[in-house]
Amino acid sequence: MKKISRRRFLITSALVGGGVLIGYSATRPSRHRLANTELAQGGEHYVTSLLKIEADNTVTVYVPHSEMGQGVHTSLSMMAADELDADWELVNIEQAPAIDLFANGDIIKGFASEFGVPSFLEGLTSVSAIKVAELMNMQITGGSSSVRFTGEFGMRTAGAAARQMLIECAATRWGVAADECTTQLSHVHHNASGRSLAYGELAAEAALLEPPEDPVLKDPSQFNIMGKAISRVDIPAKVDGSAIYGLDAKPAGMLYAAIRFAPVFGTKLVSVDAGDALNRRGIKRIVELEDSVAVVADSYWRAKEALKLVSSVFETSANDNTSSADIYAGFERSLADENGSKVIEEGDTEAAMELAADVIEGNYRVPYLAHAAMEPMNCTVHIHDDKVDVWTSTQDALGIKARVAKIAGIAEDDATFHHSYLGGGFGRRLPFNWNVIDHATLIAKEFDVPVKTVLSREDDMQQDYYRPAVASNFKAAFDAEGNVLAWHNRFTGPVQTPGASHIPYAIINQSIRVVDGDTHVPIAAWRSVDHSQQTFFTESFVDEIAHRAGKNPYQFRMELLQQHPRHRKVLEVAAEAAGYGQNLPEGHALGIAVQESFGSIVAEIAEVSIGADNQPVVHKVTCAIDCGWAVNPDTVEAQVESGIIFGLTAAMYGEITIENGRVAQNNFPDYEMVRMATSPEIEVHIVESGEALGGLGEPATPPIAAAVTNAIYILTGQRVRELPIKNHDFSRVNPLAQV
Amino acid sequence: MATFKVNGIEQNLDVEPEMPLLWALRDELGMTGTKFGCGIASCGACTVHVNGRAVRSCTTPVSAVEGQDITTIEGLAGMAAGANTSAPSLTAVQQAWIDHQVPQCGYCQSGMIMAASALLASNPNPSDAEIDSNITNVCRCGSYPRVRKAIRSLATA
Repeated sequence: MKKISRRRFLITSALVGGGVLIGYSATRPSRHRLANTELAQGGEHYVTSLLKIEADNTVTVYVPHSEMGQGVHTSLSMMAADELDADWELVNIEQAPAIDLFANGDIIKGFASEFGVPSFLEGLTSVSAIKVAELMNMQITGGSSSVRFTGEFGMRTAGAAARQMLIECAATRWGVAADECTTQLSHVHHNASGRSLAYGELAAEAALLEPPEDPVLKDPSQFNIMGKAISRVDIPAKVDGSAIYGLDAKPAGMLYAAIRFAPVFGTKLVSVDAGDALNRRGIKRIVELEDSVAVVADSYWRAKEALKLVSSVFETSANDNTSSADIYAGFERSLADENGSKVIEEGDTEAAMELAADVIEGNYRVPYLAHAAMEPMNCTVHIHDDKVDVWTSTQDALGIKARVAKIAGIAEDDATFHHSYLGGGFGRRLPFNWNVIDHATLIAKEFDVPVKTVLSREDDMQQDYYRPAVASNFKAAFDAEGNVLAWHNRFTGPVQTPGASHIPYAIINQSIRVVDGDTHVPIAAWRSVDHSQQTFFTESFVDEIAHRAGKNPYQFRMELLQQHPRHRKVLEVAAEAAGYGQNLPEGHALGIAVQESFGSIVAEIAEVSIGADNQPVVHKVTCAIDCGWAVNPDTVEAQVESGIIFGLTAAMYGEITIENGRVAQNNFPDYEMVRMATSPEIEVHIVESGEALGGLGEPATPPIAAAVTNAIYILTGQRVRELPIKNHDFSRVNPLAQV
Repeated sequence: MATFKVNGIEQNLDVEPEMPLLWALRDELGMTGTKFGCGIASCGACTVHVNGRAVRSCTTPVSAVEGQDITTIEGLAGMAAGANTSAPSLTAVQQAWIDHQVPQCGYCQSGMIMAASALLASNPNPSDAEIDSNITNVCRCGSYPRVRKAIRSLATA
């Protein structure tokens, strides 16, 4: 891996009262001066940055990412604290405020200039250059990137730099060489003379130093905090009801809005008849917006009940009769008619198909999916005295603040964002998914008190930005000996994650092309983005090829992965742990899948049987993940468990269908979830390759669908080429004789 | 006027009898520990105890709990401790949730803990099948394996 200069990220400044603060600044050297002039208050130079050391020896780490259960507040603080050699007991963790001093775009930009644009941004570059420019000044939490980028290039560097500066101060004071000094538990020691000083005693002097040019990071053997299963700091508040989410905001005098959107995406409101709604208790006003109507009341329930009495007419549109069947038919037309855009063209796939002894085909498709975060979408806005305050759960506080200020017509500097925990993100709470945020702001413009706009679960499900439905047509060519010669894939776009349709397997001729898949249904990133569809497709079709070649699916993959030792390793570890090839309980089978995404490589093996209701039962999932190394192994395991269950819900039940141009599903009964009774046992093995850190929030989601359906094929002889699994009938079981 | 006790304190609310207990707790009493997830008693995020029994508050009108004892996540430890002020500030269930690092986003966990607490109070040693049939709450982050481990760690046998 190319070495990145860490110096560019460093910045130091003094705190009044004797302290030092280490942060980063990639492009604007004036950042710390700006912080001093803009943020200092109450006699304290409260300077923003990543790391603050105070005279009382406490360390405060400012985390510029959203906590949505992935444990990022803890992991990032561990990285800074370990490099600093801080006493973990003396470390405070604070959410960095939503001000542009904490935009993490600089880190991402720095990373991008060295290594190329991170994959989760690449999709956006194809959308519009302006969007990316906007993005660069945001506080994105997504793309499984926080620990990889902010942690590795911001937190560790800041911690290491601070440690070196503190040593330098102590050495100067003692008149000894810096390399005679050691650090431990927030103290600098000079072992030869038995002297030691607390960091807090050195902080004021350290603040006067220039940060080191290229701070030396620890070797993993020197880690004291990283690599340990440290308890997450956000959990205690989540067991006693005190954790505050966006929906829990309660500024004084707040009103509540319930909203009805145009049911067919992209249509406008024509007329409203308030009926008796305004005569009901607590109702303040009916607000008509371009694409929706809202009732504002002194309670959410009253607003919601009154909204039922309001009748509304929305304009007709060309999509009023569009159904999922029409959308899929459009996909098939695109696949039949278009040559598409090149994703990969290697060798001569066409010639290989013509010369082949045998060709197999498989036509796959997956539906739209909703994010369905447990906390329904909501946003509270207070516009007053040419200022605006906003409370919402978001994956980009800075971006949301800017958006609300823009819609409210108020200068960004006069906008204040109030942080909260997220009741799930999964991509729904990323920027550009502006509904609710825009609507809440427009509604609040009508009042001088705060207004909280809340989506019902039904609204949340029907007004999402969806994981795209995709159809994908495959062909594979074999020679007379059953060797695979060519891989042909045509799928419907758009491409949000370049590389998701690539395969690691050594197949000489490959033709992968994308055709138009645009519809009127709004789409967005959904946990693991394109990997969620593409991994189901490619890992299923690879399985088809293996069976056609008469090979064991595990052995077949291993043979074609000679150039990918990390893939081989995770497959090997998962297979060994799952007892692959050994005797299983009667009627059970193992399905296997592997995928690299967001820098991590994940193999999953699902143990499945067919239950009494002829539906599959997933008993156990064995997973091996190579995420380079683990900052917090317990968080790694939790994220893997989470990613598998999220993907399993999608594979088994997930389906948003379109009827009459609108979403047919309403609530959890018709958008079912894996629950306790259907949740498999999960065993996680972390493979520490020592390679660059990989992401964790997403990489465990992609492989699970194919792992399950590959097992179903062994059990039933039925190849599941369309999700969700619940739509298939497995009553006529014709198991494979042997695998 | 709706009258019921919440975490031992009598509340008199001037609200419509059909207002769901969830919204009375959240919007009228400002107790936001109980969460809104689906509004149709499907997901369990709004689970509270009514006279010790787990109830989904989003579809329970206040008229149905007239004169009854409601416990919410905020009062779980206090109600368990009763007058014993030296009791720990968390119940064994809440502590097990920390020990097993159960919550992720945490939004569903108030309801999950209330459901698990009610189950363990009535059945101190639930089987896996009993856990499955009693804990039907939705957790989008997939904390189920840890919920199961935490409950098992509390089972008496």
